[in-house]
Amino acid sequence: MNETIATDRTKRNADNLELSGKGGLEARDLHAWFGTHHALADVSLHFPERTVTGLIGPSGCGKSTFLRLLNRMHEFIPKSAMAGEVLFNGDDIYAPGVNPTEIRKRIGMVFQKPNPFPAMTIGENVLAGVKLAKIKVENKDDLMEESLTRAGLWKEVRDRLNAAGGSLSGGQQQRLCIARALAMKPEALLLDEPCSALDPISTLRVEETIVQLSETMTIVIVTHNMQQAARVSDYCAFFLSNGGPGRLVEADLTNNIFNNPRDSRTADYVQGRFG
Amino acid sequence: MNFTLASEFESVPHAEPRQPWKNTKLTILRSVFSFTVAAVLAALIAQVTPLAGRLGWFVAMAFTFPAVMAVVAYKRGSRAMADQMVTGIVLIGFTSVMIPWVSIVATVISRGLKAFYVGFLTTDMLVNQPDDPLNMGGVSHAIVGTLIQVLLASVVAVPLGIIAAIYIVEIRGRGAGVVRFFTQAMSGVPSIVAGLFVYATVVVTITHKFNAVAGALALAILMLPTVARTAEEVLKVVSDDLRASSQALGASQVATTFRVVLPTIRSGLITAAVLGVARVAGETAPLLLTSQYFVKFNTNIFDGPMASLPTYIFSSLGVGTDNSVARAWAASAVLLTLIFILFTIARLFGGRNRKSH
Repeated sequence: MNETIATDRTKRNADNLELSGKGGLEARDLHAWFGTHHALADVSLHFPERTVTGLIGPSGCGKSTFLRLLNRMHEFIPKSAMAGEVLFNGDDIYAPGVNPTEIRKRIGMVFQKPNPFPAMTIGENVLAGVKLAKIKVENKDDLMEESLTRAGLWKEVRDRLNAAGGSLSGGQQQRLCIARALAMKPEALLLDEPCSALDPISTLRVEETIVQLSETMTIVIVTHNMQQAARVSDYCAFFLSNGGPGRLVEADLTNNIFNNPRDSRTADYVQGRFG
Repeated sequence: MNFTLASEFESVPHAEPRQPWKNTKLTILRSVFSFTVAAVLAALIAQVTPLAGRLGWFVAMAFTFPAVMAVVAYKRGSRAMADQMVTGIVLIGFTSVMIPWVSIVATVISRGLKAFYVGFLTTDMLVNQPDDPLNMGGVSHAIVGTLIQVLLASVVAVPLGIIAAIYIVEIRGRGAGVVRFFTQAMSGVPSIVAGLFVYATVVVTITHKFNAVAGALALAILMLPTVARTAEEVLKVVSDDLRASSQALGASQVATTFRVVLPTIRSGLITAAVLGVARVAGETAPLLLTSQYFVKFNTNIFDGPMASLPTYIFSSLGVGTDNSVARAWAASAVLLTLIFILFTIARLFGGRNRKSH
């Protein structure tokens, strides 16, 4: 019954997922609350440097909450609380005295719905982070071109950098948002269902971009698309909620999650039997 | 292959929720320390410079407090210093805005209490003179008059204002621009002009008498632009997806507007009405020309002048004796309290959108 699902990236010989404490992003015993509602419980997970990890699981299992804990976006929700630690290159980002805006500069984020700033042109959108955070850049044009190239958008927009960001197609807008995140030169990138609003061709382009980017940074991607998780990720983590807080069921090499999962619930989910 | 998930999760290990992004006791202690140091410094400065008295101390404090806050943060880098300095400036700004507000309320209440006794709320001035001892007479007629006139004005202005906003935002009719322009222009009409207008068109030509309906109409003219503008801004916030979703279910525009859009912004519309009431509850000038002032309890809205709290205050002040001025203060306190109660009721009964939690 275990029909083999082809995963593209099994050739990558990544380390195992055990907590190592060095490099990358690491969650330790992480919990999240919204008011008294316990949304996520007891997640320990390591994202090694220069890898892509897919977070999969049914809606409402805490994947997005978990993602937002990784770059201190969780605290924008009133009455939210957390427990545990998030280590970034070995340092706890929730330690006292840590500046959250500094963390968000280093850990970029791309959201589900493409959201270029409507009052800015394409070019201004790419440099928005640099401008908003008042970072000095020697050559803004170079940074713009580099970011757009890495996001796979440069060729399509180089002649219309002064057009409004909203004039692009949905897929282009999403890659513009990725370029905007890349212009900050983040060390890690968090993607929250970045392709759910895109057509298959745009999705493919974004996935190519993700694979390229993983050569230089740590990437965590939330996705509902099993094929996408199989195509882009080195590791997969499966979250599930049984009505209580979301829990991490299993995390492993993507190939193992899809073809040889240890937990029967993971097997059911990736083969589309529930969830 | 069916699974019962519940049994397969181990129990959740205990963890204590924390909010590392909130101010710690240490930062609060630091602020208290900075405040103390800055207060002492400011007192010293007030001693040696022309700045004198409490006001001088406060002006000095406006400089020393942000400065001390910044110095205390010195060890934690320039960003923390800037952060603390701005925190200090904001706190000083907050205080300087609160001082006049608290002072107004405190003055009105404390002076008002002198002329206040329980009967003040239940008797009118029919058999009393403004200069009579302070344990006689009262403002019941003025309270009822204000309530009647403000309520009548709301009955006219709130639906009209909301309809105007619906016309501008939902219907987007051909005249939307004109309507918006005139509502905006109306908000600049001086209140006495509104009073004169109603005096000329209603009191002189139709009723030939001062009456409460005329007063309410004058108030409605003032209330309308506030309600319309606020309601328009609230309506604009509703996302077009919501309208489209309703219309895609086959709902008419009327049904969409009244069953989907307006319930969504219920609390915003109540805010619009509350702002409108706030705009007119203390108006005096338009009422002097329309419902005038009368010493006796009058609930006939079509016939004869009707008292209101602002006109009561105005006429008592006009008498100018100690007792009548004290009555004016007490009436002011009653007016403030009345408005506060009205707003509280509006918030309690309609502030929250019912279906959210």
